[in-house]
This record gives sequence, C-alpha cells and structure tokens, in this order.
Amino acid sequence: MLELAIGIILGCCALGAGCAMIAGIGPGIGEGNAVAAACEAIGRQPESKGDVTSTMLMGCAVAETTGLYALVIAILLIFVAPNILVDILLKAVGK
Amino acid sequence: MILPIAIGALLKILFVPAAEGVEITGAYIFFEIPLPFGGLPITETQVNQWLVMLSLFFLCLYLTHGLKEIPDRKRQHLAEWIVETTEKLVKGNMGEYFADFTPFIGAVLGLSAFSSLLSLTGLFPPTSDLNVTAGWAILVFFLITYYKMKCGPVRYLKSFAEPVPFLAPLNVISEFATPVSMAFRHYGNILSGTVISVLLATALGGLSRLLLGWLPGFLGEIPLFRVGLPAVFSVYFDIFSGCLQAFIFAMLTMLYVAGGFPVEEYMKRQKLKASKKKQIKTLEVI
Repeated sequence: MLELAIGIILGCCALGAGCAMIAGIGPGIGEGNAVAAACEAIGRQPESKGDVTSTMLMGCAVAETTGLYALVIAILLIFVAPNILVDILLKAVGK
Repeated sequence: MILPIAIGALLKILFVPAAEGVEITGAYIFFEIPLPFGGLPITETQVNQWLVMLSLFFLCLYLTHGLKEIPDRKRQHLAEWIVETTEKLVKGNMGEYFADFTPFIGAVLGLSAFSSLLSLTGLFPPTSDLNVTAGWAILVFFLITYYKMKCGPVRYLKSFAEPVPFLAPLNVISEFATPVSMAFRHYGNILSGTVISVLLATALGGLSRLLLGWLPGFLGEIPLFRVGLPAVFSVYFDIFSGCLQAFIFAMLTMLYVAGGFPVEEYMKRQKLKASKKKQIKTLEVI
C-alpha cells in the first residue's frame, strides 16, 4: 500500500511538471512574433540593425519570463517536491 | 587571474563527490559555521563567487597596470574600450544625470557574465543558484525604491494610487514582482542551460552505448557521440545565454532605475529649494 502511495506521489509530480511546461507555448509564439517584427524592421531600415537587434533581444528576454516561471516550477516538482511529500507521507503513516 | 579558478577546480576535485549518471543537484555544502540562530552553510556557490570576484579583481589590476597618456599596449586599449562602451551604454539608456552609475553597471555586467561563463571550466556557476541572483535583484530593488523616493515619500506613496486608488494592491504586487522576475529570469536561464547540458550528455552516452555496445572489449565503452556534439550546444547554452543574461540584467537595472526616477520634477524641486535658500540669505543680509 505504501509503495502505491509513493508511486502516486512520484507519478503526479512528474505529470505536474509536464503540465507546467505547457506554459512554454506562450513565450515561443511571442518571441516568434517579436523576431518576425524585428526582421521586417531590419529589412525596411538595414542601417538600424544594431538598435533593433539589442531591443529585440531585450524584449525576448522579458517575454521569456513566464516560460521560466513554469520551468522553475517544473524543476521544483521534479527535484524537490517528491522528497518533501514522501517525508510527509512517511510521517503521517508513522514510519 | 587563472589561479583562483585553478583553486576552485582543486577544491571541487578534493571535496565534491563525483556524480554518477544523471544527477542534477544544487550547490555542494562544504561545511557549516555554527551560529546561535542556526548554522551558516558555506556552499560551493559562495566559494565560486568569491573566486570569480578575485579573478575579476586581478583582471582589472592587469588591465589597468602601467597606464600611459599615449597608450602603447593592447591591454590599455582594451581597458579604455571597456570603460568607454559602458559609459556610452549607461548615458544612452539612463541619461546624463546617472553617469555615476557606470562603475556599478560595469561591475554587474562583468560579475554576472563571468559567473555564468564559469560553467565552461566545469565548475558550478554561481548564477545557477537562486540565492545569488536574488541578492542582486534585492539590491536593484532598493536602488529603484531609493530613486523613486528622491522626490519625497509622499509622492512615492501617491504613485501607488495611480491611475485609480482602487488599483493600489495591484501596484504593490507589481512593485515586488520586479525583483522576483529579475532573479528568476537570470537563475532560470543559467540553470536550464546546465540541466539541458547534463541531459544531452547522458542521452548521447546512452545512444552510443546502444549503437556501439556490440563492439568487443573497450571499443564498446567509448562514448563516441559525446565527442564534440555537446560543445556545439554549449556555445548557445553557456556562452550566448550567459552573456545575454548578464546584458539583460544590467539593461533592466538601468531601465528600472532611470524609469522610476522623475528627473524633471526632481530638478524643479532642487531649483525651488535653491531659490528659497537665496531668499533667506538675502533677507539675512538685509
């Protein structure tokens, strides 16, 4: 029974991590749009390439934030949460 | 310059146990200093951060050693180029008033970039520990708040009630979200690079074992696919990502500090104060 409970904890942590990384879709689309717009701008005004590139990188990094939040949550779920949850379970069972 | 990094490598070889297979752990704790309010752990992060700072210090000493009015050495050209570029960056993004910020921004850029690039030597990069980036972000948060308060605390408190007083809680949250997002952005990027590198190396090792494992003797043991290929990814995940994150951290610091400071109003207040002082002085003279 205990093995089953621990198995459920581990499996659900992995599932949760996978679900959290769905958030990777948003930054992908957003950064794609930003880069497309930057390419257009450079095509129209090739002389402003330096400014456009640095601004684009900056914007991309800011847009990436939500994806990174999801990444941090996923990493916590995989590497940190199982140990804590199993400890709680073992304490509750009394072992 | 290289000596501190060599010391770090030696410490790692001597104390940190070797990883087996896929193992992604946090910073290794060397020892703990017992204190009345709980122990103070000395981790790999702190040691490596100090080593990076030492090597940067020696690099600066080397670059600025024997400066001349007419530069005749490459390193003086390099040092001048670094200072001028940083100055231009700061003045371009923050305005003339913040020209004194150049050393700070330069330090943030250099420390962050070199901390991230430390992973190239195989050591634990300090920036992939949340404590380090959170410390920097908190420092930046205090700077932002200081410059926002320069026009008086009343104006600072009033700024929360804009555009409608009803939105004040959201403004408070967004105020605290700034340092949190800065810390998580830097930390997450460097850490994800490390994690992906480890996973990739393991996967390539497994692939070569699968495809070449039937070879007799030690030939089957050689992880052929691991040679060279991870280095290509490391160019993006370690070098590009590390330098880009350093640049972005410095850029965001500049934008937030300069954006939170109402220069024109501050100048007006200073002028008002100066004119009042003058009036008082003239009255005293009379």
